Amino acid sequence: MKKLQNVLYLTRDSLYAHKEREAIVIKEEQNTLQKIPIHSIAAIYCFGQAKVSPGLMAHCSENDVNLAWFDLFGRFQARIQGRQSGNVLLRRAQYRISDNNPVDIAKNIIAAKIQNGRNVLQRHIRNNGDNEEVSRVIGALRFSIEQAGNAKSVEQLRGIEGEAAAQYFSVFQHLIKPSLQDEFVFNGRNRRPPRDAINALLSLLYAVIGQDVSGALNAVGLDPQVGFLHADRPGRDSLAQDILEEFRAYLADRMAVSLINKQQIKARDFETEASGAVKLKEEARKALYAAWQQRKQEVILHPFLNEKVEIGLLPHIQAMLLARHLRGDLQQYPPFYIAK
Amino acid sequence: MSTDHLIPLSALQHYAFCPRQCALIHIERVWADNWLTAQGNKLHKRVDSGEPEVRNGVRMERAVMVSAEQLGLTGKLDLVEKDMQTGALTPVEYKRGKAKPGNWDKVQLCAQALCLEEMTGQHISDGYLWYWETRRREPVEFDQSLRSQTLAVINEVKALFSQRILPKPVYEKRCNACSLYDQCEPKLVENDNSAVYVKALFSVDKEVSVDKEASGL
Repeated sequence: MKKLQNVLYLTRDSLYAHKEREAIVIKEEQNTLQKIPIHSIAAIYCFGQAKVSPGLMAHCSENDVNLAWFDLFGRFQARIQGRQSGNVLLRRAQYRISDNNPVDIAKNIIAAKIQNGRNVLQRHIRNNGDNEEVSRVIGALRFSIEQAGNAKSVEQLRGIEGEAAAQYFSVFQHLIKPSLQDEFVFNGRNRRPPRDAINALLSLLYAVIGQDVSGALNAVGLDPQVGFLHADRPGRDSLAQDILEEFRAYLADRMAVSLINKQQIKARDFETEASGAVKLKEEARKALYAAWQQRKQEVILHPFLNEKVEIGLLPHIQAMLLARHLRGDLQQYPPFYIAK
Repeated sequence: MSTDHLIPLSALQHYAFCPRQCALIHIERVWADNWLTAQGNKLHKRVDSGEPEVRNGVRMERAVMVSAEQLGLTGKLDLVEKDMQTGALTPVEYKRGKAKPGNWDKVQLCAQALCLEEMTGQHISDGYLWYWETRRREPVEFDQSLRSQTLAVINEVKALFSQRILPKPVYEKRCNACSLYDQCEPKLVENDNSAVYVKALFSVDKEVSVDKEASGL
């Protein structure tokens, strides 16, 4: 299996990274903060006004290092796209199936997404005892998975998914420790911009993981913009959004809840702008990326490969499995899901 | 003139090792170095460098480009020796390892000779394989049987290129030495159980996932 490499997060406006021989050098004003061996880096994510030299950009584009910019809400802004790499036949297969028969792949993804959300709720009950409302939603999601299996169109699937997401988020507040529920109030998902702390956390995590997915799709030669479930829209990485669905609950939602419950992130780590937009302060954002980097090192048994893999490799593995399916190696696209 | 439609000589070598590897490199365009390919690159850097030189009445030319339209091949030859008296050409191919039991190295060398023949109109009777491990030249005669075997292989590779189908993998010991193992995933694809896996997804909580737990997965 591929080696898991680090992601470099440049979290301050004043940071500047450039390439010096085989190292990435990070500077703030005239001071060198750090030197990192270039071959150990799989992606560089810049936040706010952090800057990168053209030389480093060239290195990234030649070596499939994903280089992307986000605003301070974690909203994706831009990404370096190097020379088109990979296989035109693979991309053609992707377009053909996306145009003619996207349902089979889309329903596998949606079922996995719902199952992973359901798994988060099941875990909660295992660890905290039964809860009537949560159990009811677990049952409802079971039914949504069955519906997804019988879906005949992508529109139908989107409806099933929307309904399942509403159900899931209707009990999401239960996952927060009772003692913290006054500080962290969650009334369903909102975004652009997020208007409470939990939504702010979720948005940021989805954006960062989504970029890992885009980078992984690019690296295996797929076109991140052409999806099966999400419609094409200029500037949107629809395929990355598709594959991200498999990871939302398992990676992002669980992490957001655990950061709050373990009080690694506190209510005072957020600031509310005049518009009502809520964002995470810089120090807390750094803690979030550090926690995510740490989570990536954890090893799990991949349900399909039946092989021990680092969590950080999941985007790459799913991208590879999708490519294998599109080129006719695998009969079905096996999405990532946790069954128990 | 464009040589895009011609098959690279290196594809014959990849095909010899494994048709799926050949397709992954030349059709799917994936490539990954491992220590074996890195060693090969280093060796070739040495082989490919240097001006042509004349020694004992033999002119040696390195990294000789060939393209043979009729044969449909293009590529680079490690070394071509030209006898200054007779004008006879002899291709020499450098190999990293040692002489192998199969005929593949000979087939590749013969393909090189066929390219030279098409380009010069000259008959080429033999060549050499030089092995890095043994540091010895093995003479190869381009007899009729080797020639027809070589043409047959060239046709197989051409068919693979025109069909653009990725051959299914067959997992073997040699797979462990292949630098494309991660992109090929031979074990995974050979025993494709994606349909079973997806079926279990749509019946979570039913018998399939229970079986999985019971078997310790």
